Amino acid sequence: MKYMLLLYGNEAQMQGRPKAAADQALAAYGAYTEAMKKAGILLDGNRLKPTNSASTVRVANGNTKVLDGPYAETKEQLGGYYMIDVPDLDAALSWAARCPAASHGTVEVRPIWVM
Amino acid sequence: MTRDDEQARRSAEIVTRRSYGKLIAFLAARTGDVAGAEDALSDAFATALADWPRSGIPVNPEAWLMAVARRKLIDSARRARTGLQAVDQLRLVAAELEEMAAANKTIPDDRLALMFACAHPAIDAAVRAPLILQTILGFDAAAIAASFLISPAAMSQRLVRAKTKIRDAGVPFRVPDGGELRERLDAVLDAIYAAFSEGWSDPAGTETRRRDLAEEGIWLGRLLVSLLPNEPEAIGLLALMLYAEARRGARRDAQGAYVPLADQDPTRWDAQLLHEAEALLQRASVRGPTGRYQLEAAVQSAHVIRRLTGRSDWHAIERIYDTLLAMTGSPVVAINRAIAMAETRGARAGLAELDRWSGDARLADYQPYWAARAGLLARAGDIEAARHAFDIAIGLESDPAVRGFLQQRRAELAS
Repeated sequence: MKYMLLLYGNEAQMQGRPKAAADQALAAYGAYTEAMKKAGILLDGNRLKPTNSASTVRVANGNTKVLDGPYAETKEQLGGYYMIDVPDLDAALSWAARCPAASHGTVEVRPIWVM
Repeated sequence: MTRDDEQARRSAEIVTRRSYGKLIAFLAARTGDVAGAEDALSDAFATALADWPRSGIPVNPEAWLMAVARRKLIDSARRARTGLQAVDQLRLVAAELEEMAAANKTIPDDRLALMFACAHPAIDAAVRAPLILQTILGFDAAAIAASFLISPAAMSQRLVRAKTKIRDAGVPFRVPDGGELRERLDAVLDAIYAAFSEGWSDPAGTETRRRDLAEEGIWLGRLLVSLLPNEPEAIGLLALMLYAEARRGARRDAQGAYVPLADQDPTRWDAQLLHEAEALLQRASVRGPTGRYQLEAAVQSAHVIRRLTGRSDWHAIERIYDTLLAMTGSPVVAINRAIAMAETRGARAGLAELDRWSGDARLADYQPYWAARAGLLARAGDIEAARHAFDIAIGLESDPAVRGFLQQRRAELAS
């Protein structure tokens, strides 16, 4: 089954980290991504630019409305994602637990709706 | 309905339920779709419940149900309302059933895998016990709702949601291994104990559904022990339920008044069940780690020793609660420990222990805390405070028999 791991974390906190800590986090993500590739389960994955670069779009009555900022103001923000293909939810959950984001933020696991 | 009819209905129901869970587990484990499995079996189940009391239980009930279910599966595959992948799965399962029927084989028992799916950490903890009752035993949402004191509509909604989650999120149907088994097993045990407790809380056994739930809880416990014969906590849970069940009748006197454990007549306890519970507890204790259920069963064992010695072993009970408290930090355990301390060191010692927990917000509306407090205050001679505590305990109680007992105790306080 295909799952999307949605990585949430406190953006402000992450941006305020000293360089050594940021480098260490980056290395942890590098190792995690490498492990997923080795296991042959990684389909896709990316880090997202901070929410101050986000725009939201809504079309109401034929009018397109574009707003500056993310969909919702929350304590933790969506900062990246992985798409994986594993046998079942347990496998997806154990990969989610290994994700560095699970230790400093939250990882949401969502099955992909296959059409 | 005559007694014989009633008997026939009851035994047909039992046999149907036993086979039902196996078939649901077999189908669901292969398709990942619990609701779909229930749908495929609902006709077979309903027909069996209607026919068997009249025509008698077939020699091989499972084969009978399987034959009806197989036809239904082929029908569903033909109608193909579901996705293409699901249709293929249904055909495969139907073919597998066909093969097994031809070879006269019994279907494999996947009920344990189904229980682990129902008690998966990704499933809302409050719905795990109801889900197990429904999928393993075939209870409908209304019957389960009545037992758990919530509306049938709300229960039905929760069950549907949980089944959708199992299917869509890909919750696996498998028995976890190694360290994971222990972790996950706790959730299964908790769900079974929750089912049992719901049933046991109707001491007079006036509500048939509730009484049945205690029996079904024990049946699930037996099933679990037969499937995991070396898991000490599973054995411990079964022992705990049997100890409790053995005392069911003794909780009320001939007039229906509440009889607390300390005043129960040991000759009214079911000796056979107690004997079985003792043997199970023994068996669990030689099999490794001691967990919550074994310890709670051990407390029961120290109580029922009164059959032989005339007195509960309060020193042992206090020690076991020490361990349980260290393990769980639960205020409920703390109350029981305080009661034991009152027996071993006097009412004042028990009260001092209760006082340490009096600030815990969880106890403000917890009847057993106030009843324990009232009892100990009365014994310590603090009549005014005892009266006040009894008032709160009486106000918090919903069982009229227990309420009556507490009112009686309050009235007996020396003025």
